[in-house]
Amino acid sequence: MRNRSLISINDYSKEEILRVLDLAGEFEQNPSQDILRGKVIATLFFEPSTRTRLSFESAVNRLGGKIIGFTDSSSSSATKGESLKDTIKTVSNYSDLIVMRHPIEGSARYASEVGMVPIVNAGDGANQHPTQTLLDLYSIRKTQGTLNNLNLFIVGDLKYGRTVHSLLMGMAHFNATFWFISPKELRIPNEYKLYLDQRGLKYHEHTDFRDIAGEADIIYMTRVQKERFSDPIEYEKTRSAYVLKSTMLEGTKSNLKILHPLPRVNEISTDVDDHDKAYYFTQALNGVYTRQAIISLILGLKN
Amino acid sequence: MAKDIKQLKVSAIRNGTVIDHIPANNLFKVINILGLDHIDNQITFGTNLESKRLGSKGIVKISDKYFVDEEINRIALAAPEAKLNIIREYHVEEKKEVIVPDQFSGIVKCVNPKCITNSEDVKPKFRVISKKEVSLKCHYCEKITDQEHMVFI
Repeated sequence: MRNRSLISINDYSKEEILRVLDLAGEFEQNPSQDILRGKVIATLFFEPSTRTRLSFESAVNRLGGKIIGFTDSSSSSATKGESLKDTIKTVSNYSDLIVMRHPIEGSARYASEVGMVPIVNAGDGANQHPTQTLLDLYSIRKTQGTLNNLNLFIVGDLKYGRTVHSLLMGMAHFNATFWFISPKELRIPNEYKLYLDQRGLKYHEHTDFRDIAGEADIIYMTRVQKERFSDPIEYEKTRSAYVLKSTMLEGTKSNLKILHPLPRVNEISTDVDDHDKAYYFTQALNGVYTRQAIISLILGLKN
Repeated sequence: MAKDIKQLKVSAIRNGTVIDHIPANNLFKVINILGLDHIDNQITFGTNLESKRLGSKGIVKISDKYFVDEEINRIALAAPEAKLNIIREYHVEEKKEVIVPDQFSGIVKCVNPKCITNSEDVKPKFRVISKKEVSLKCHYCEKITDQEHMVFI
């Protein structure tokens, strides 16, 4: 993993994924270490993402590293018309590793080809967001004690949600059974079903999960965005089926945990927040440990 | 008799390569992909010729030029049924078919308007994920471009 960019969850083998999770566990025990002293990490956010950026910056700061960068493209030369290539080549001179969020899909892979330092993709449009996937896997393993043979419910926008697609690829290593719950308009694309078929993995598709929630080990909620619907009336009608309320947790498995990549809007009712099965805020905390692990492995500070 | 007339439509070459069974509407794409518009060899071509299999076809004859397989396979997207005749001293020495390669770069555009290859000066690159009904996975944005949506550069 040393000196290698992390662009897509498929850049890491199963063994490498597990190594990140093990190391993240070590950082959870001991989150403040001085191993990044003297290192400069660039965080280039061509579009704003407060949560992801702060999580990376917290990870670097707790390890004694320094941060340079910008928080949206209006404060970078991109607004003057500078190409991504020039920005990356320049910032490569100033930093040991670049964390990058960009609205254009494939921009992170391209940056990894033109830059002189490793790139960590913090989201490239609707394509990939691998550090989110690794923190999701960390959260699943931590709450279930294993990643193997779980029933994973994924609810909401399965068509456009990049966290969904990366999570599917990550969990495909661990013989998960997938339950896809979405409105018809936002069903999981065929290419991902093909991906599971080729690996002999089981999946089910549903439009409602009220009657089947008892099967779930993990319910991964995502946002159903209004602008995805051509008909606003259809949106209003279907929306309620994809809102999780605490009453729906009656009769579910004792090990069940609710995950959400956040930000949440209204797809998890606030009455779930205090339920012992709600895990989404701790999940966000796990992002700091996971990113500490990723950065220190890439910089060769841990093996 | 009819056969003789047909053969005269594009004159024979002594040495070189004949690429036959190119769909007529893709003839210039094939010329472009192989860079035939930039070489000094003698080239003759015909288009909108009658073809039982393709309806109308194009043919290109390039004198004193032999292609390596990787080079010629680049035309597989534009002319999947093309047949190659390797000519030496007016005789067909070898016949070849094109094979869809495992990877492509710089021939077709990525279908995704939000892909980096459509927004900056980045050469498109693909991995071929299906060869029968050709479908390509973008090296950058990871989206699939299928045969129906292929646009040649």
